[in-house]
Amino acid sequence: MAKNPSVDRRDFLKSAAVTGAAALIGGTGAAGNAAAQQTGPAGSGTAPTLPREADPSGDVDVLTTDRPGGDFMVDVIKTLNIEYVAANPGSSFRGIHECIVNYGGNKAPEFITCCHEESSVALAHGYYKIEGKPMAVLCHGTVGLQHASMGIYNAYCDRVPVYILAGNTIDATMRRPGVEWDHSVQDAAAMVRDYTKWDDLPASLPHFAESAVRAYKIAMTPPMMPVLVVIDGGLQEDPISAEVKGRLRIPRLTLTSPPQGDSAAVAEAARLLASAENPVIVADRAARTAAGLKLLIELAETLQAPVVDQGGRMNFPSRHPLNHTDGGRALIANADVVLGLELTDFWGTVDAFRDSLVRSSRPITKPGTKLISITAGDLFVKGNYQDFQRYPEVDLAIAADAEATLPALIDAVKRQVNADRRRVLQERGGKLADAHHKALDRSRADAAYAWDASPISTARLSAELWAQIKNEDWSLVSEMGSVSRWPMRLWTFDKYYQFIGGSGGAGVGYGAPASVGAALANKKYGRLSVSIQNDGDFMYAPGVWWTAAHHQIPLLAVMHNNRAYHQEVMHLQRMAGRHNRGITRASIGTTIESPNIDYAKVAQGLGVHAEGPISDPKDLGPAIKRAVEIVKRGEPALVDVITQPR
Amino acid sequence: MKTRCLQLLALTLVAALTFAVRARAQVQTPPPAPRPSATTATGNAENGKKLFTSVGCYQCHGREAQGSTATGPRLGPRPIAFAALSKYVRAPTGQMPPYTSKVISDAELADIYAFLQARPQPPALESIQLLK
Repeated sequence: MAKNPSVDRRDFLKSAAVTGAAALIGGTGAAGNAAAQQTGPAGSGTAPTLPREADPSGDVDVLTTDRPGGDFMVDVIKTLNIEYVAANPGSSFRGIHECIVNYGGNKAPEFITCCHEESSVALAHGYYKIEGKPMAVLCHGTVGLQHASMGIYNAYCDRVPVYILAGNTIDATMRRPGVEWDHSVQDAAAMVRDYTKWDDLPASLPHFAESAVRAYKIAMTPPMMPVLVVIDGGLQEDPISAEVKGRLRIPRLTLTSPPQGDSAAVAEAARLLASAENPVIVADRAARTAAGLKLLIELAETLQAPVVDQGGRMNFPSRHPLNHTDGGRALIANADVVLGLELTDFWGTVDAFRDSLVRSSRPITKPGTKLISITAGDLFVKGNYQDFQRYPEVDLAIAADAEATLPALIDAVKRQVNADRRRVLQERGGKLADAHHKALDRSRADAAYAWDASPISTARLSAELWAQIKNEDWSLVSEMGSVSRWPMRLWTFDKYYQFIGGSGGAGVGYGAPASVGAALANKKYGRLSVSIQNDGDFMYAPGVWWTAAHHQIPLLAVMHNNRAYHQEVMHLQRMAGRHNRGITRASIGTTIESPNIDYAKVAQGLGVHAEGPISDPKDLGPAIKRAVEIVKRGEPALVDVITQPR
Repeated sequence: MKTRCLQLLALTLVAALTFAVRARAQVQTPPPAPRPSATTATGNAENGKKLFTSVGCYQCHGREAQGSTATGPRLGPRPIAFAALSKYVRAPTGQMPPYTSKVISDAELADIYAFLQARPQPPALESIQLLK
């Protein structure tokens, strides 16, 4: 809340009456003024700040203001070029909510109505994966953040910026009795501080402007992560005082250049890679942008080295002859140099772990294999949550953003490769290309098994979906691990926006809202967004399908309905086997049966075109085709498919 | 304990069956291609089908034993020799949970084996338009 030590909020409003409501002048009023807000204070609204003693009558209430603090907050947000703000409505941010939809014209940001704060955050998470910039999320500082927390954790683990604004009422004497006390908190950010990059609680509107811009800058500096600005209800709702008005300005945003690797370390990495006989490039969150994908191709082709794509981002084309993701483990075992680019788990990449009664591990690499890491993860690590994985004993650790470092690394490698060496590398590349094509043939042969089975195989599901979208400008907005990575094995991925990677923290419930968020980002480009939607994930917060219908977000979701939390079934089997008690009861608590959920009806009830359940593989292609037509009209559609487990 | 750890460590070197331990996709070594049976077992394929589901084999290997790169290799229609399969099921060296004779009898294992043998061959690849 704007603070004047001698004026509390109620007295301030009364004192404003003395000089008349006319003094509360409206701002410039408008959504279209974003450019103007870049360089100067927003609006000209003002209000007197008279001491309480100046209230002569006490019987005249000021009931309106034309220029609440929330208007200025909207001006600030507009300068950040944020397209959308996702939220489930909440009274602690009612002030800025109203300012967004009226003063801001509900445009940049446009309000996206969500049915759960976890959906709001995951929606913003998916949006970033396509658009490359943050979406805002509004939530209560208490119950809203509590709902949002798992989504925030996923984004944190996935190094994704989400711009979170949380409402709160700081001044206890200004709180409405009852619920507003339940929805107020001393330190709202405390609950999520372990998995956000930065937070602040601005005490004034000028403070908000600075923190809002700073938060954006911090979120967008690798390693990118969610940020949180807590916005006091009084700051949002109260008139902008004359004193504060004089101090209003919006700081200029200058994004930080992503950190590049130390030049000596990059040169050493290049030397190791260029002289290696069997180098392997492993990429996880390496490509932050489409440029990263191109750079990785250039590095791989310069070295004629195989690339193992761990799928945190769309790093490398699936049909490139140097893509050796299938069989990557064997290549790593035979490597003399392994280059890890933004790996979540370098240790797990080069070690094997056995989850048995006695847990054990062993390196899979040969003795003497040189390990090179380039990751911005080394620049910012927190201690409580353990997503940083086991400590990897690498030979060269370059604390830098991989994508930003690739140009220098490529140049350094090129300097190391003379004509003779290039011939050797080309020969290696030829062998790798042969192996790649054989792996593709194996994938097709493998896909034929259980081709006509019911429940439908995940290979058949993937092939049927591919047949309907391959001639469109498509984008897969879901992960694919639960369908045995069949899309990456059978489809042709060659554009950055064709895959968005995973959740980061493996928190279930990310899939559906992230796909809706990514589809929202794809909408303006006219792309056909498709997702392979897991059934367990669907049920966490199915209300997001209403959001997709309400906002007319075109998205084709094909349900991978194996009627189980399949990963957990296998864990229960493992425990039952280990305890020697028989495995027949492992389905208790892990399956989604009796009754079977009719996802098509659920989706229909939320306003989404839906078909299914489909259990005969012959019916699948036509159903997907019908759904594609719906999506091309600009609406979401869902096809429920009864599937094999994986 | 240390000796046991070392033994297990050594056993993992020959691990063939895989088990996904994380939700996120991991790069796995491709499973070995099934070999023709060297030893056969006489079992009831129909009962084997029921067991394949009830004891959860299908969760990792698929209802048709077609396998998955993420969870477990293809087991049929040409399974490895019964003796090798039986040995592995009793004392797996990879991520697969052990199935002792208390959990699955030899006769039940033979039934499962018969089910694996009875899996149909896949359609010829050339006949599947979607895989061309």
